[in-house]
Amino acid sequence: MLIFEQSKPGRRAVAQAPLEKADYSDIPQQLRRKRSAALPEVSEMQTVRHYTRLSQKNFSIDTQFYPLGSCTMKYNPRGANDLALLPGLKGRHPLAPGSHSQGFMACMYDLQQILKEVTGMKAVSLSPAAGAQGEFAGVAMIKAYHDSRNDTARNEILVPDAAHGTNPASAVMCGYKVREIPTDSEGDVDLEALKGVVGPQTAGIMLTNPSTLGVFERNIEQIASLVHKAGGLLYYDGANLNAILGKVRPGDMGFDVIHMNLHKTFSTPHGGGGPGAGPVGVSQRLIPYLPVPMVDYDDDKYVWLTENERPESIGRLSAFAGNAGVLLRAYVYARMLGKSGMARVAEFSTLNANYMLKRMQEAGFEAAYPNRRATHEFIITLRKQAKHQGVNTMDFAKRLLDYGMHAPTTYFPLLVPECLLIEPTETEDKQVLDDFIEAMIAIQQEAESNPELVQGAPYTLPVRRLDDVKAARELDLKWVAAAAE
Amino acid sequence: MSNVPSELKYTKSHEWVRDEGDGTVTVGISEHAQELLGDLVFVELPELGATVDAGSECAVVESVKAASDVFSPVTGEVIAVNEELADAPETVNQDAFGDGWMFKVRLDDDSQLADLLDADAYNEVIEAEAH
Repeated sequence: MLIFEQSKPGRRAVAQAPLEKADYSDIPQQLRRKRSAALPEVSEMQTVRHYTRLSQKNFSIDTQFYPLGSCTMKYNPRGANDLALLPGLKGRHPLAPGSHSQGFMACMYDLQQILKEVTGMKAVSLSPAAGAQGEFAGVAMIKAYHDSRNDTARNEILVPDAAHGTNPASAVMCGYKVREIPTDSEGDVDLEALKGVVGPQTAGIMLTNPSTLGVFERNIEQIASLVHKAGGLLYYDGANLNAILGKVRPGDMGFDVIHMNLHKTFSTPHGGGGPGAGPVGVSQRLIPYLPVPMVDYDDDKYVWLTENERPESIGRLSAFAGNAGVLLRAYVYARMLGKSGMARVAEFSTLNANYMLKRMQEAGFEAAYPNRRATHEFIITLRKQAKHQGVNTMDFAKRLLDYGMHAPTTYFPLLVPECLLIEPTETEDKQVLDDFIEAMIAIQQEAESNPELVQGAPYTLPVRRLDDVKAARELDLKWVAAAAE
Repeated sequence: MSNVPSELKYTKSHEWVRDEGDGTVTVGISEHAQELLGDLVFVELPELGATVDAGSECAVVESVKAASDVFSPVTGEVIAVNEELADAPETVNQDAFGDGWMFKVRLDDDSQLADLLDADAYNEVIEAEAH
C-alpha cells in the first residue's frame, strides 16, 4: 500500500510537542506556494511504520547473501561511510574555491594516484558519474584521439558477443558502428574471426577481461597486438576488475582506456540505482582528452584542472567533480586495503568462486566451461534440468529466495542457455558459500521429486511469482490522487 | 524439439523466410528463437518503404529476458509490416510461423533466396547450438 493511500484529509498527528510556526519571512512573497503541497496526511507513527515495513521487504547485501554475477555485490565497510561523512567533507559546498577545499582535493588527488597505480594507466579522471558514463567517456576519448590525427575513416568498434550490453550502446552513442566478434568454444575471443574484421576502419575494441563468461581472456596480448597494429585502441571494461585487483594491470596488458566501477570493485554501496562512480584511466596518448575537472598538485597546493588548462578535454560529464560522496568512500576503502589488501581481494574472490564451482560440479551441476578455471565468478547451466524436469533457471532462482538467498544473475551472458552467473565476492565466509551450495542441491532434489514445488516458488516472501510480461507491458508507476479537490 | 517447417527457408540468426512466388517474401523469427527468448513484451518493426540489406539488423524483439536484433535475411524494400504485433507481441510466441510474421520484402533479386538455409540445414544449426 502506498503512503498516499493511507492519507485521510485533515489528519494531523505528530509528536505532542508544541507546534511553532516556521518563519518564512526570508522567502519572497511571489515564490511562496498558495496551497499546501499534496502530501499524504498520515500520523507520525503511520509514517514510521510504513517506511520500516518497506525496508523490511528489502533483499539486500546487509540482510542476505547476494551473489550477482558481473555485479560485485560486496560488503560496504561502515568505516568508509563514517569518514566520508566527516563534517568538513560533507559540509563542503561544491562551489567553494580550491583554497577552501584542500582536504577534499587531497583525497581526490590521492584517489587518482591510487587508481593509476592499481590499473597501470598513465592518468585518471574521476568525473564520470557511473559505469555507463565512464564507457561513454572512454569511447569519446578514442574518437577524439583519431579525430585529432585526422584519422576519420575509422568508424567501427569491435565488441565480443559476450560483452555487457552497455558496450555496444556506448559505441553507438559516440557515433560508431558496432561489429560483433564471436567467442570460441572455450570462452576466449575467436582470434581468427578477429583477424577477419580488424582493419583500417577499426577505431578500437571493447573488452571485459576477465570476461562475462567467468574466464580470463588468455590471448589478450595477441588481441592487443592485432588491434594496435591496425591502428585501433583497446578499451577495458572494468566490470570484472575485482578478479585481478592488485595482481595484473590492464595498462600492462596493452589497454589504452579503462573505466572502473568504484561502486563494485571499490565497495561503495550500489544496487537500486544509487549513485555510482566510473572513473576513467588512459594510456599516454589519450591523456589530453580526459574529462574535466581533474585535480593536480602544484607548488604545495591542490588545484583544479578545467577546460582552461586542458583545452583538448572531451569536456564535462556532470556538474562539479562527479559523485563526490561515492569517490570519498572508495578512497577510504582503497586506503584501508592498501596494496597488499587489494591483492587479497583478488585472491579471495577467485578462491571463493573456484571453491564453489568445484563443489557444485561434484554435486552434479554442469559448468558452462568445465575445462577453465573460474575467475571471481563462474557460470553453471541448468539446461538439463530444464529439459528433463521442466524446471528452468528462473525457477531455481525464485526457489533460492525461499532459502533466504538472493538469486545469482540469471540468463546472462546470453551465450549460455539456462545459465546462472555466480559471484560470491571475497567478503563471504566459507559457511555462507556452503549454505548456498546446499540450497542448490536441495532445490535440485526438489526439482526431481516435486517439480511443481520449484516452479511455483517463492512461497515465503511478501509477493509470490511476478508476472514478468504484465510488469513489462503494463508498467504503472503513477499514483493519481482521487478527486479530492 | 521445436517445429521447423520444411517449406520455409532460414538463417543462422533464426529468422524464417517464406517465398510468396511473386518476387516477395514474408519474414519472421523461428519457433526455436521465440522459445529461447521467452515471452515477448515488445516488437519494433522496420518502416514501410524502407530498404533492408541481407544480414543487417532491421527489427528488435524484446522479451522478459533480453532484447535482440532481428536481421533481415534478404535485400529489398519493405512492403508490409505486421502492425498487430505492436499491441500483441505474444502472437510471435503463440504462432511464430503464422500470425507472428514480422514484415514482407520485395526482393531486389530473386536469386538471393538460394543463399538461405533449408529446414535440414537449420535443424543442424539448432543442434550445434545445443552443444
